[in-house]
Amino acid sequence: MQLHKTWHTGRIGTSQVRHNRLTLLRQNYPLRFLAPAGIMLLVFFLLPTLVNFVLAFTNWSSFNPSISFNGFDNFAALFKNGMLLRDLRTTLVFAICEAFFQNVFGLALAVFLEEDTVQNKIARVLFFIPVLMSALAVGYVWQAILQPHGALNQLLGAISGHAISIAWLGSTTWTIVLVSAIQGWKWAGLAMIIYLAGLKTIDPEVLEAATVDGANSFQMFWKIKFPLLAPAVTFNAATALLGSMNGFDTIQAMTDGGPGGSTEIFNLFVWRTFGQGTYAQSTTMSLILFLVVMIMAVPVITYLRKREEKIL
Amino acid sequence: MTMASYDSQGLRKEPSKGVPNKSKRVKGRHLLHTIMLVVLVVLALGLPFYLLIITAGKNQAEALKLSLSLPTHWYLIDNFRTVITEGKMIPAFFGSILVTVPSVVLALIFGAMASWILARRTTKAMSIVYALCISGLILPPAVVSVMMLLKMMGLAGTAIGMICIYVGIYLSTVIFFVTGFIRTIPISLEESARLDGASPMRIFFTIVLPLLGPTLSAATILLILYIWNDVFYALFILSGKLDTLPLNLYNVASAGLHLNNWHLIFAYIILMSLPLLIIFAVAQKKIISGITGGAVK
Repeated sequence: MQLHKTWHTGRIGTSQVRHNRLTLLRQNYPLRFLAPAGIMLLVFFLLPTLVNFVLAFTNWSSFNPSISFNGFDNFAALFKNGMLLRDLRTTLVFAICEAFFQNVFGLALAVFLEEDTVQNKIARVLFFIPVLMSALAVGYVWQAILQPHGALNQLLGAISGHAISIAWLGSTTWTIVLVSAIQGWKWAGLAMIIYLAGLKTIDPEVLEAATVDGANSFQMFWKIKFPLLAPAVTFNAATALLGSMNGFDTIQAMTDGGPGGSTEIFNLFVWRTFGQGTYAQSTTMSLILFLVVMIMAVPVITYLRKREEKIL
Repeated sequence: MTMASYDSQGLRKEPSKGVPNKSKRVKGRHLLHTIMLVVLVVLALGLPFYLLIITAGKNQAEALKLSLSLPTHWYLIDNFRTVITEGKMIPAFFGSILVTVPSVVLALIFGAMASWILARRTTKAMSIVYALCISGLILPPAVVSVMMLLKMMGLAGTAIGMICIYVGIYLSTVIFFVTGFIRTIPISLEESARLDGASPMRIFFTIVLPLLGPTLSAATILLILYIWNDVFYALFILSGKLDTLPLNLYNVASAGLHLNNWHLIFAYIILMSLPLLIIFAVAQKKIISGITGGAVK
């Protein structure tokens, strides 16, 4: 309709053009297509998030017959008993280490398996198997390997010639790092194929020019390939870092938060206190996790979106 | 080993033509690469998977030692039978199917429909909606509140409740992948159909949706991977009401670790991993190219 009018009048004002464009967009791309996804997101993702902001300020628990507001009591309690800072620290250490291990393993594998030979192709498939497995299952397998009388110590014992019984999962300092390395091992295959795809996009002429100029393979990697892999690094690092903040399975299976609570990341606390019936505590910690991730995510999302705009 | 060096010879033939010295060096490097590869695979993958399989084949007393020696007698099939019957794997398997399939299908359809609008309506308001839609890609769901809301709706502990939550959580992933992809599709196809008088519904389902194949298959794989293996959300929402494979593993293992039933836990893990391994074995090439296509545009 609108379109016809402007045709006849001949002269078109800019505001009218914009108006027409909007009408056309509305006609051709109706909002009802957005509705199913919008409703699901609103009700089952955004609404619970908002409710969480309310529940964290109540005394909701399985022992209380009624719910009432108690201000910042939950936060104060979690701060006073040291849980908040301990779990925050543990979660950050886990997420940062996991992102590090996953990317270092993934990138090393991608570089090592870059050439399309038969044996490399087979190895790539094999390294993807842990990605497909449940993180819980991976956790149990590694728990068995890392037991004091487990497979790793037996292997080391056989090599060294005397019995070794290191409690790999018994250190209050290093177990969290070890667990993050296992999680990194599990997801390395995914990082690997994303890096491999990144390596494939590098113009072979650039590499050839570098070879002609006499670059050795070390220079070739650090001066040319690695900088050109920047988009893949961003994607892998961001998803690994922020995804691990929301981790649960592997640690639950390997240590159950131990030893002495030293591997208890936020979600383990949420699950433990939920099981104990102190729901307000678990919602409070859940909210803290949300806020921490949001603070970390803002720069990351901006970066990703900028990248997207650059490409499109 | 001979196989591998034969391969490297075959592959290296062309560039090294006429330079016999260099060819020898390249061949040596290739052999070294293959040896390193074998060592790496044995250490990084061989050890855990070897332990997984031999322990699943032992009886309880032998499995307890967690040793690397082969079982004196293989009980693999017996252990499989035990976990299937006593570990209630069959209902858990159907429970997993029951929540995974509808979640993935709904998230894909709803997500693709929304993505089409988000990609084509390039207004300020829409970019805000888009940001909201993909926020779930990174922000963790409020899992306890989710449980409470479902309880109020009478959906706690039901497959429908679980499906709704998975759709809510993973729509962001679908929208992120598909919106980016649609923006790269030229609009002219849709416009010519529109001139022919096709309705938006028709345009979406007959023109846009069929073009989304690669990105939708990538999203499918990721969603199946996440939902099939999920235990965290299932613990809160389904616990005790409906079993899924990982949830059941958690229960078997939590009880089993006290009884030290490593052989049964590991037998369970092998069986539980099979469906995804089989899917991967069949569609391996497509899966890898799909995921990489989505991540590095």
